[in-house]
Amino acid sequence: MALADARTGSGEPPKVSLLYNPALRSAVYQIVTLVVIVAAVWYAWHNVVQNLARANMTAGFGFLNSRAGFDVAQSLIAYSSDSTYFRALQVGLINTLVIAAAGVVTATIVGLLVGIGRLSHNWLIAKLCTVYVEIFRNIPPLLVIFFWYLGVLALLPSIRTIFQHVKENPDAAFFISNRGIYMPAPVFGENFGIVLAAFALGVVAAIAFTIWANARQRATGKRPPVLWVNLGLIVLFPLIVFVVVGAPLTLDYPVPGSFNMKGGMVIGPEFLALYLALSLYTASFIAEIVRAGIRGVSKGQSEASYALGLRPGQATRLVVLPQALRIIIPPLTSQYLNLIKNSSLAVAVGYADLVAVGGTILNQSGKSIEIIAIWMVIYVSISLITSLFMNWFNAKMALVER
Amino acid sequence: MAKKIVTALVGAAVLGLGATAAQADTLSDVKAKGFVQCGVNGSNLAGFGAQDSAGNWSGLDVDLCKAVAAAVFGDATKVKYTPLSAKDRFPALQSGEIDILARNTTWSISRDSQLGFDFRAVNYYDGQGFMVKKELGVKSALELSGASICVQSGTTTELNLADYFRANNMDFKPVVFEAQDEADAAYNAGRCDAYTTDASGLYSIRLKMANPDDHMVLPEIISKEPLGPAVRQNDSKWFDVVSWSHYAMVAAEEFGITQANVEEKKKSDNPDIKRFLGEEADSTIGADLGLPKDWAVQIIKAVGNYGESFERNVGEGSPLKIARGLNALWTKGGLQYAPPIR
Amino acid sequence: MTENISYIRDHFLEAEKPPAANSSAFAWIRNNLFSTWKDAVLTILAVAALVYYVPKAVNWLFISAVWTGADRTACLTVDQGGQLESGWNGACWAYVNDRFVQFMFGSYPRDELWRPLLVAAMFVALLVPLLIPKVPRKGLNALLLLVVFPIVSFFLLIGGFGLRHVETSLWGGLMVTLIISFVGIVVSLPAGILLALGRRSSMPIMKTASIFFIELIRGVPLITVLFMASVLLPLFLTPGNNIDKFLRALIGVSIFASAYMAEVIRGGLQAIPKGQYEAADALGLNYFHKMTFIVLPQAIKLVIPGIVNTFIGMFKDTSLVTIISMYDLLGIVKASFGDSGWITPVTPLTGLIFAGFVFWIFCFGMSRYSAFVERRLDTSHKR
Repeated sequence: MALADARTGSGEPPKVSLLYNPALRSAVYQIVTLVVIVAAVWYAWHNVVQNLARANMTAGFGFLNSRAGFDVAQSLIAYSSDSTYFRALQVGLINTLVIAAAGVVTATIVGLLVGIGRLSHNWLIAKLCTVYVEIFRNIPPLLVIFFWYLGVLALLPSIRTIFQHVKENPDAAFFISNRGIYMPAPVFGENFGIVLAAFALGVVAAIAFTIWANARQRATGKRPPVLWVNLGLIVLFPLIVFVVVGAPLTLDYPVPGSFNMKGGMVIGPEFLALYLALSLYTASFIAEIVRAGIRGVSKGQSEASYALGLRPGQATRLVVLPQALRIIIPPLTSQYLNLIKNSSLAVAVGYADLVAVGGTILNQSGKSIEIIAIWMVIYVSISLITSLFMNWFNAKMALVER
Repeated sequence: MAKKIVTALVGAAVLGLGATAAQADTLSDVKAKGFVQCGVNGSNLAGFGAQDSAGNWSGLDVDLCKAVAAAVFGDATKVKYTPLSAKDRFPALQSGEIDILARNTTWSISRDSQLGFDFRAVNYYDGQGFMVKKELGVKSALELSGASICVQSGTTTELNLADYFRANNMDFKPVVFEAQDEADAAYNAGRCDAYTTDASGLYSIRLKMANPDDHMVLPEIISKEPLGPAVRQNDSKWFDVVSWSHYAMVAAEEFGITQANVEEKKKSDNPDIKRFLGEEADSTIGADLGLPKDWAVQIIKAVGNYGESFERNVGEGSPLKIARGLNALWTKGGLQYAPPIR
Repeated sequence: MTENISYIRDHFLEAEKPPAANSSAFAWIRNNLFSTWKDAVLTILAVAALVYYVPKAVNWLFISAVWTGADRTACLTVDQGGQLESGWNGACWAYVNDRFVQFMFGSYPRDELWRPLLVAAMFVALLVPLLIPKVPRKGLNALLLLVVFPIVSFFLLIGGFGLRHVETSLWGGLMVTLIISFVGIVVSLPAGILLALGRRSSMPIMKTASIFFIELIRGVPLITVLFMASVLLPLFLTPGNNIDKFLRALIGVSIFASAYMAEVIRGGLQAIPKGQYEAADALGLNYFHKMTFIVLPQAIKLVIPGIVNTFIGMFKDTSLVTIISMYDLLGIVKASFGDSGWITPVTPLTGLIFAGFVFWIFCFGMSRYSAFVERRLDTSHKR
């Protein structure tokens, strides 16, 4: 892009050479770029076609309908080795979403607590929170995953020890072993649908009550006891219905089988390691964001709210946090996106997420281009959807100028 | 701009590492560049493909690579090794990154046809087995119903495992790992009850355990796993060179030719041996393969006959101590058989 | 004696001591640890947790730890087949000690270790003056570090000019981690600047191409980019080409880092007031001069902390090459868990703590430096 010095003759009126016409230049640059891009894509495409032809392979997504043939360790939907590759990818996607959702929720809670804790006037708590943040922020998440999986969870009691433990304590219902956490699984009776319906009804009623309460507060200045009424509607009402219809819920306890515990529910160590590592790692970043957000709200705001007679809790909840959220949300969004993307580290411990399942399919079918394209499309879509949602939330939280 | 960078990177990579013209004639390519690029096991599978701390490769698969280099160049050191994981291996061969895939890879119909490879020579007849801790008291794979089983993902092993349990109406909990060393560690830590892979692999992994005697390989072999070198399809010249490099080793064992006595055997009166070793006056065997006349002699000098290579890498001369079994010569009840060299 | 009607104080009273309630250690404790009953509860819980865990951790890490030994029996209890009394649990530093060279250099030939060591020494010698603000000739220094040093180190490490050739498959350990991060940094800075300029350009094709590249790469996990580089790149090239596996990882990391760097630098570009651009235009500078002399120096200075944070992220992200079976520091530590010489129940934990500590030192150091630069640059903007 370097240029020769432009000097026009002194006597004549300056003629702008075509060479220095900005529009033309921009067009030339762009055409050159376009040609380079097209050439690069063509070069890559041509080689892919040639390589595939040499290997006698065809490209296309038809293989997704063939039988997978392999089993998946963690699946929330019906899946067996007779299912298709497409189904296997669905299993992987669901597992990715599960770990991402669990991680986002936990990381937000822990991050919020630690972030507030760092600002606490309690010296010890503030220091402990600082130590936490400085440790986890500066260690690769993959190492933290291995730390939990190979370092900590592997040291838990073996399944044989648990069998022994059950023999001595036949009533025990929760077990922690190096094969995961075993716990009783709920078995729903036939009338359980009614309870669910009651719960849904309670939620709807609670939302309606909140809207009414807000309207009333604006009209009269008095706020009805929203929290207590809503708790009653959401928790107590379904609970009463549950008892009335005859408690249609039993628990399935885990009991020793020949190799593993039978029955009950189990949360595998792969999930646990990934979940703990992702949540704790991301929480350290969220804590810093929360801290910066709260400190970004001027001190006058909280002083003004005290002057208005708000209690410290109220001042934080009603005045400081809503303003801090505006600073917090944009970087928080990128932390959520990072967590979702980091969930692909599942492949390192054998948790069957999208990348792990995709990798197995890639291997079994040899369709590397297609699988990597699927990965990219899905992750970019998840990222876009999350960004859109957070942008919407951000717009909702933004300062409304009256 | 963005793509410019990518192009620049790719371009630099191409220039930097020396582009070679595209031809479906690997033999000429190999001769032109002066070495064989061989894809081997990247997770240090003792006996098949493993690297010592000085970076030297050894193993049954590695010997095959050396044999091919010896046949083409008369120099077994003209091999470059690419350590590959189960996942990288097929794209590496498809893309032409490697010339031979000798990474204890099972010859199956789908790999032969669908993936576009060619298999013929089998340098190890294997089968999938299970390893358990002795303290479990399990004596047969059929007792494994309900067990957690460690397996490496993306292998035929993973598919056979699912099929075997399905066929026997048993259930199991797969614990799947990307890399073999992760599966080893998990089995060690008690994450799973049994470990499954090719029986040869089990012996090799058992050796790495803290107390190999605490573990036993169950008697059931649940699959046929003919392991052999693969090359790209539609390249019969190169395919012939690779296959016959293996057969030359087997034929040498059949003829009783060893690393030690090969020079002496050249003077043999046996016309078969003379033809094989390129001592017959008007023999064109080597030339027809596109190789020097003494290609077989070079192979034997470099790695010995099949029996020697076997004993050195996985047999009695190695820590693995695997019996010849299916890999004995056909004359001794095994499956190793060289087509006639004439 | 005249009557003195005015009151003039001619000596000062000694200052009173502050009330004991505010100055003593006791008061500090009361104010900082027990100011409300909630604080008191939290403090007591925290102290209880510290008293319970810290001695345990110290004991595990240092007191019970095994420091010397030749193989796994040094770190096994009697019932596990070792020498220690049963019930023992502690770190096995003997294992880290035994494997230390491997953790640093992988399988790099032992008699050639002076080469990576020389590279490391050169790196430190060039980096330290660059980091200390007072040392002059930053331009020359940066040129040496970012252009000359990589070329010299490349030949030193891989061989040539009479040095023995060392294949990249022998490289490993911390050396690989540092090389990948350094290359990522050196490539991503210029590439990120170009991408950021492209994204803010008024030319639609440049702009679209940059946005597409940046958003695509930022939208996907690094693992998929690494898989793409390791699995797909060979398919994109002319058949028969052989790209070194190490180079492929470098390309993957560089592409990824460039997209993130571009966004950081774009932030800086956006923060430059429009007047700066207009003034440059008014002076008759062309685009190239405007950017290199007016805009970029200001923009990059503004986002130095962001750039350093990207470096930290990239340094941590290099650990992902473990997944495409390369042996960086984390990869080689993990691979050593399967080594029969040192299989014990405490080996993984010890190894991971060691690797974590090394990563931590580097990342913490970088973040402290970033904070220092931030404070230094902050002076000019203080209100």
